[in-house]
Amino acid sequence: MMTTNLTSKKPFELDWKRTLFWGSVCALSQVFICLVGLPSELNRRILIESTLSLGYLFILWIPLVFGYVVSKMVELEGVENPKPGAADLLSGALTGLLGSLGLVLLMLGIDNLDMRDPLINWNQKLFRLLTFENSISFGSLVWIPVGVGLGTIGASLHQMSGQIRKMSAYAMFGLFSFAVLEDVIDDLSEGFRLEWLSDMIYAKKGGMTVTSAIVLAIVLALLPLITRGKFKKTVDRYRSDAKPENQRRNSVVLFSTVAVLVIVLPWFLGGIINELLANVGLFLLLALGLNIVVGLAGLLDLGYVAFFAVGGYTTAVLTSPNSPWFSPETHFGISLLVVVVMATLAGLLIGAPVIRMRGDYLAIVTLGFGEIIRLLFLSDWLKPYLGGSQGITNVPAIDLGPWEVRGADPRSVFYMVLVFCVFAIYISWRLQGSRLGRAWMAIREDESVAEVMGINTVNSKLMAFVVGAVLAAFSGAVLAAKVGSVFPKSFEILVSIIILVVVIVGGMGSITGVMVGSLVLIGILGGPRQPGLLQEFQNFKLLIYGALLVFMMLKRPEGLVPTARRTRELHQEEYLQDAWLGDDESEDREEVGEQL
Amino acid sequence: MSLLEIHNLQVTFGGLDALSNLDFSIEEGEIVSVIGPNGAGKTTFFNTISGMIPPTSGEIIFNGESVLGLDPNQITEMGIARTFQNVRLFPNMTVLENVMVSQHCRTSQLVVGALFQTKAFKQEEKEIRERSEEILGFFGTRLVGYRLDQPAFALSYANRRRLEIARAMATQPRLLLLDEPVAGMNPIETTELTGLISKLRDEWGFTIVIIEHDMKVVRDVSDRVVVLDHGVPIAQGAYDEVSTNPNVIEAYLGRPVEAKS
Ligand SMILES: Nc1ncnc2c1ncn2[C@@H]1O[C@H](COP(=O)(O)OP(=O)(O)OP(=O)(O)O)[C@@H](O)[C@H]1O
Ligand SMILES: [Mg+2]
Repeated sequence: MMTTNLTSKKPFELDWKRTLFWGSVCALSQVFICLVGLPSELNRRILIESTLSLGYLFILWIPLVFGYVVSKMVELEGVENPKPGAADLLSGALTGLLGSLGLVLLMLGIDNLDMRDPLINWNQKLFRLLTFENSISFGSLVWIPVGVGLGTIGASLHQMSGQIRKMSAYAMFGLFSFAVLEDVIDDLSEGFRLEWLSDMIYAKKGGMTVTSAIVLAIVLALLPLITRGKFKKTVDRYRSDAKPENQRRNSVVLFSTVAVLVIVLPWFLGGIINELLANVGLFLLLALGLNIVVGLAGLLDLGYVAFFAVGGYTTAVLTSPNSPWFSPETHFGISLLVVVVMATLAGLLIGAPVIRMRGDYLAIVTLGFGEIIRLLFLSDWLKPYLGGSQGITNVPAIDLGPWEVRGADPRSVFYMVLVFCVFAIYISWRLQGSRLGRAWMAIREDESVAEVMGINTVNSKLMAFVVGAVLAAFSGAVLAAKVGSVFPKSFEILVSIIILVVVIVGGMGSITGVMVGSLVLIGILGGPRQPGLLQEFQNFKLLIYGALLVFMMLKRPEGLVPTARRTRELHQEEYLQDAWLGDDESEDREEVGEQL
Repeated sequence: MSLLEIHNLQVTFGGLDALSNLDFSIEEGEIVSVIGPNGAGKTTFFNTISGMIPPTSGEIIFNGESVLGLDPNQITEMGIARTFQNVRLFPNMTVLENVMVSQHCRTSQLVVGALFQTKAFKQEEKEIRERSEEILGFFGTRLVGYRLDQPAFALSYANRRRLEIARAMATQPRLLLLDEPVAGMNPIETTELTGLISKLRDEWGFTIVIIEHDMKVVRDVSDRVVVLDHGVPIAQGAYDEVSTNPNVIEAYLGRPVEAKS
């Protein structure tokens, strides 16, 4: 056999260097998270009654993950991997132990040193949290075994059979989802008159009850056993069903299910959740627009918020009686037409000077333009027209005959946004498969070659800008009517960046990806000013967005729900190898043989 | 009137004359080979004609109109298409999409047609698709069937070269510039492609300029050969004339004195 045999690893032969390294990283991460203030702040949010809060969870996942990481094998080609053994468990445990020691040091530090000046969270609140309102020795007695245990569990994940690993993953993520989605489930069960259900799962003061958590965990863990991959099989069958008529039927089924759910569910949801969904929708609309610009045409536009602002301000000026300079008080429908015109103009105006730039230059310049537009709205110069920092208030509700869309009724806003999102999805879908969409892709792939192949790159890129601008402006228009006012503050650079993160995390160029991205990020973490399901995150949103972005870029650059194309692209090598092995070469060889 | 006329063309890169005093013309229906040692300026010549590099001085006239100062896409629209020596496909687009997208300048549908799926839009899409399949069919079975939907990067090297040609054909040119189309192909594939190049003129009616190092290919396909050395045309004429020209031999083999040292 050609493979080098490395299996002669003794059971307790530890890779000390590696363990020490990851142990220190674990300790540092835990201390860092504590000092950032995540645990103290998130301690309010109870996940499991009197046992686990989101704050503690933020410390606890660290040894688990690093235990997993430290014992992960490096897969070498042509080398038989050593069997995972007790040594790996031990290094996992040691990693967890080092992490806990970090926490113990932190407790000692807080007790003896005063470092509150640079470190705001170096305080009693954190101390009490870490010591469980008890002494340092009590705290240490808890943290050390917990850290060791979690590190070991993390390490043992490699050694579990696939089935068990799957079961524990189901249990953990399921429980976590139940805990996080408490508000939604509460709301839903109220809507369906099933209050007893949520009363059973959740405790009065928030969080799941211990019993329900245990029961749920067991049920969830058994889920993969019961379904035995049937679910996945069905999905796979639906996907790879090659017959076109079946494909059509499948997409009709899928489409109608989603449509019915989206239309019916809001009636069973309360105000808060509907508000949340409306926000998700507003950001989805923005993200769909940006997806065309960045995902399809490959133009990294960091000033995207400018178009959002244009939509908002146009609507406010045209419909609000309080508009300081020009106040025709038109109907929303009419203002919407003007919004399209203004957005197109803005798209051309911002697009024209920057469109000949490429890559990073484009990003920087659009970033600047985004800020310029916001500063213009804020400026004294335009104050007589647009209200300066006071903005324009009293933007009326949208009057739709029998219905009215206003901020106080989030459900109506949600439906309004839904209409726009459906429109945006339709646009993206149709354009993707059109002459223009192909030109965008070609430009994204290689701009100079696209030009030589006869594509008018300037026009095509401007088109992308304009389509994106119009969608963003729609979102701004609805926002103005929803909130009832517009301020320059609502259009900070941060909006551009968060939308970009949504698109990247969801999966660039993928419509489904963008939907999932906005639902997860905006829905759970929240938008720049809008709280999500985990309202406690408000202060840490940017930290988490940033961490998520870095993580995604490193580990899954194609996004949560990538397009088939992107997956191929980023895993090109594997694919190439397959293609090579699969057919090309052998076929060509055959032909050669024939001809010889 | 010649299809392409080049007068006194000069291209300079920071002091280095990549092309100088280039004067020649191409008649409709010709196959002309451009040869010369590495770095002679052959690719630069193509880059200049296709509008990717502005010439320092001189004039390029295609079909009676000057192409200087035009954008590459306008030049393509006038009827000049090219392939790249270092294959530059759109790697993540499928084989079919690569060819479809290259018909951009011959088609016109924009946003509205796509949104309302108008009759004209559907008709145009259908035509684009059919024409693409017809063009890909030119290479026999190599680029059709399941390969239509494969991303371009998954193709074998020879197939990439073929797709480059297909893509250029899709722009419906009158003048086709092929930059080393058989580089990296094995002898059998080379023979096959040589036949296809003649067909490109005889059946598709393209006028062809081809840069090639493979002398067998040059001999087989070309009506006329132009030799460049250090950016200067040193000989032109029929293959047999040129291949025995002492200047050409010297350019390829170096001067006897240099060869010794
Ligand atoms: N963009 C550029 N900037 C600077 N110098 C260039 C550029 N493109 C080409 N050159 C130089 O011009 C000269 C001619 O290059 P060109 O690519 O045209 O040669 P070639 O005849 O195509 O050679 P080969 O047979 O290797 O393809 C070379 O010396 C090259 O280094
Ligand atoms: Mg060259």
